Amino acid sequence: MLLDVRNLTTEFTTPEGARLRAVEGVSFTLGRGEALGIVGESGCGKTTAMLSLLRLLPAAGRVVAGEVLFAGDDLLRLTPAELRERRWRDLSIVFQGAMNALNPVRSVGDQIREAILAHMPWPRDKVGARVSELLELVGIPAWRAAQFPHQYSGGMRQRAMIAMALACNPQLVVADEPTTALDVMVQAQIIDLLDRLRRDLDLAMIIVTHDLGVVAEACQQVLVMYGGRVAEHGPVERVFAAPRHPYTQMLLKAFPTIEHRGAPMVGIPGSPPRLSDLPAGCRFHPRCPLAVERCRVETPEPRAVGEGHVAACHLV
Amino acid sequence: MSRSDYIIRRIGMAALTVVFAVVMNFFLFRVLPGDPAKAGIRDPRLTAAAQQSIRERFGLDKPLLINLEGNPFDSQFFRYFGNLLQGDLGISYNFNRPVADLLRERLINTVLLVGVGEVLAIIIGVALGLLAAWRRGTAIDVGVLLFGLFTWALPTFFLAIILLIIGSTFLGLPVAGIRTAGGASDPWSQIVDVGRHMMMPTLTLTIILLGEFMLIMRSSLLEVLSEDYILTAKAKGLSDWVILRDHAMRNAMLPMIALIALTLGFTVSGSILIESVFSWPGLGSAVFEAVGRRDFPMLQGAFMLFTVSVILANTAADLLYAALDPRVSV
Ligand SMILES: Nc1ncnc2c1ncn2[C@@H]1O[C@H](COP(=O)(O)OP(=O)(O)OP(=O)(O)O)[C@@H](O)[C@H]1O
Ligand SMILES: [Mg+2]
Repeated sequence: MLLDVRNLTTEFTTPEGARLRAVEGVSFTLGRGEALGIVGESGCGKTTAMLSLLRLLPAAGRVVAGEVLFAGDDLLRLTPAELRERRWRDLSIVFQGAMNALNPVRSVGDQIREAILAHMPWPRDKVGARVSELLELVGIPAWRAAQFPHQYSGGMRQRAMIAMALACNPQLVVADEPTTALDVMVQAQIIDLLDRLRRDLDLAMIIVTHDLGVVAEACQQVLVMYGGRVAEHGPVERVFAAPRHPYTQMLLKAFPTIEHRGAPMVGIPGSPPRLSDLPAGCRFHPRCPLAVERCRVETPEPRAVGEGHVAACHLV
Repeated sequence: MSRSDYIIRRIGMAALTVVFAVVMNFFLFRVLPGDPAKAGIRDPRLTAAAQQSIRERFGLDKPLLINLEGNPFDSQFFRYFGNLLQGDLGISYNFNRPVADLLRERLINTVLLVGVGEVLAIIIGVALGLLAAWRRGTAIDVGVLLFGLFTWALPTFFLAIILLIIGSTFLGLPVAGIRTAGGASDPWSQIVDVGRHMMMPTLTLTIILLGEFMLIMRSSLLEVLSEDYILTAKAKGLSDWVILRDHAMRNAMLPMIALIALTLGFTVSGSILIESVFSWPGLGSAVFEAVGRRDFPMLQGAFMLFTVSVILANTAADLLYAALDPRVSV
């Protein structure tokens, strides 16, 4: 077991002093070389959960409960110095919208070099060779290391970011919507790249995405979030073949697949709840066609519905 | 277009602007009410020789633009240009000495005052702005904000007079000028003497500039600190100090460079108020006197110097900006 996240709970404090729970009771585990896809509508807490486990939350956010066991150590309890040492060497992140994730006034190669030198006191030529190797690994010619981010296309920037994430041979890479804002061809390239790197380097990966196709193609596990909580979680083939939570069922119906070309696409009516005014009981009940009285008053806890498969619904 | 092309183009543009300003300067002083040169000649304080010299130098017998009888370039306009190229800005009516010499003496004093004041304001302003942004929301931040807003809003002459009073009454500093007449002549005591004269005028200028520098630095850094690449740097395991030094500062300094260049260009002329309050023998007080005495050659020369310094400062800022920011479209 590489990563064991237990009951992760994160709150934001608003300027008025209110405390909003953006993530509540999220748990999952991840083995070496395994990829987990996290899906859910915008605002359901995917990014917040990832930033929480990397301890990169903005000042207003705080992890109020839970553990993040990475190779046995709780990341949430490391001292700042210990944490700095493990960042990027053990786990790295590719941010959502890589447009600004690279510093515009420093060359791409320089920024990768910086990541290497922060963790490994290598001689110059060795670092230079590593930068070239990384760029070529993601399909960028090595001479482009001297260029600046604005001289790259969006897809290249994203690949450069992935190259940088691999700089210190991490065991886990978190990719937050690595393909959003890229065109379909480039999206496919990036996903293929991630999948190939996972196999070749035995990387564990968490891919946050809105695209269920990406999950089907590149992930072994899927975690469906709704309103900051886990709705359903399990092996991809099981969850996709037999979704148990009504939200997952609707999400899958809302996603067009080539196989079901004839079937009508069904959107999910209504919108996700606002954190400042969460419904009592199951957070999905106002939009759930199957909701019964119990759903309005009692919050469903995740429970096993199959091997490695959990769903948080009173009706399963 | 390549980077060196950009530099050449930018310098070329600056040169063109200077030429345009020089032409404007010629006409500006010829459309002012009362012919400047004639006004000078009528001044009874001038000797007959000086009057003759002015007549010749300004070519008052010549036509304004183009000489239609004889050499077409033998006109006031082309003489003005020709003299300028030789560094001849005419003779001051008031001092009866070449304007170029007078300006040179005054410029040194102004550069001393403005240079020290500007450098101090940059160092203190950037440091306090950084501190405030880094400690956002703390008492330090609030203190810096209030101080910045207060000094930014303070009228220059008011602060100058207050500091003049404080300096002379409580600190025993000299009230006016740059040197004590008949003071000791060894270099060390001369430096100390100039330093004592400089203290309050410099402090005034520093405080006047400081507020804006502090506030702009603070907001610029706050903006940079909220950028995604700062989060990337943190995720890479860099320490706060390295992030500040290698990622935040350089980007946050970009707007500061533009601001510094602007103030630098204008403080050469804008220290008029400070120089007059402290009777500092610089360009500012020279202009102030020249206006009072209708010393047109002096004004014309000073205006040209101001224009050129603003253009130079802006060009330098653009080039520096291009060197620091690879995104500047070249
Ligand atoms: N700094 C913050 N202060 C207060 N609330 C925040 C902050 N950042 C995020 N939130 C709230 O936390 C919730 C979860 O946001 P998050 O960015 O994690 O969603 P997401 O699932 O990543 O969405 P998307 O798919 O759009 O990226 C949202 O309701 C958001 O408004
Ligand atoms: Mg997100």
